[in-house]
Amino acid sequence: MVPLNYFLVLSAVLFAIGTAGVFLRRNLITVLLSVEIMLNAVNLTFVAVGRYLGTVDGQIIVFFVMTVAAAEAAVGLALVISLFRHRETLSPDAFTALKW
Amino acid sequence: MDVIAFYVFGAIAIAASLGVVGQRNPMHSVMLLISSFGALAGLYVILDAPFTAVTQIIIYAGAIMVLFLFVVMLLNVPREEPAPASLAGMLGPRAIKAAAVLSVVMGAELLYAVLSIAQSFFSAGHAGSVSSVANIGQALFTKHAFAFEVTSILILVSMVGAVVLAQKEHR
Repeated sequence: MVPLNYFLVLSAVLFAIGTAGVFLRRNLITVLLSVEIMLNAVNLTFVAVGRYLGTVDGQIIVFFVMTVAAAEAAVGLALVISLFRHRETLSPDAFTALKW
Repeated sequence: MDVIAFYVFGAIAIAASLGVVGQRNPMHSVMLLISSFGALAGLYVILDAPFTAVTQIIIYAGAIMVLFLFVVMLLNVPREEPAPASLAGMLGPRAIKAAAVLSVVMGAELLYAVLSIAQSFFSAGHAGSVSSVANIGQALFTKHAFAFEVTSILILVSMVGAVVLAQKEHR
């Protein structure tokens, strides 16, 4: 059986990659994709820890995380579409109306 | 056998995720993310969670990523635009370097935290085949029934929100 640490390390690496994507990319769609990577890293942790605790709760939380991810993707992509209609660009630097 | 499969799927997941972040073309990013989700489904199978693996493929790779694909094709912006010259000259590269360093630091912190968890807390001894679909369904509809029902409200709200946000403005 694969030790729990392997999964936790893999999940930490994936989460860091997702964070780097959110920080580094200048494209709103790729930023949303990086958020999905981070959500999946957390899902992997939930499933692995649930498995090693011998409960089914980890997978149920993953179920809810997937639901939230679907809602987030729908609303986020609707926002991206409406922002693109206004500015004709996907760069997050172009949307500074709330900045003071 | 399990360890080999773990290494294979983990390598695919990390490589595909790095590709998602490194790609300039959003279409390729979405495709690479789908392969990363496939590798994660394989990891769920290793973790004795076949229901979650199937859900991962159907919902994530099948539904959410198709939504992303539709938006990428709808907006039709194949290449990422470079930062404006003034911003790039003054703050762009330095800010990017700082962001890269910060994410590496955060990854190191996560690794440290993960590796310092007391392993004795998790005993793999009683981890039998608890994760059958029947068990998941029973826990979902009894113990977590309230959260399950609230989820439907969340989906309704996000559906209405997406329709309202994405519709053309009538002014």
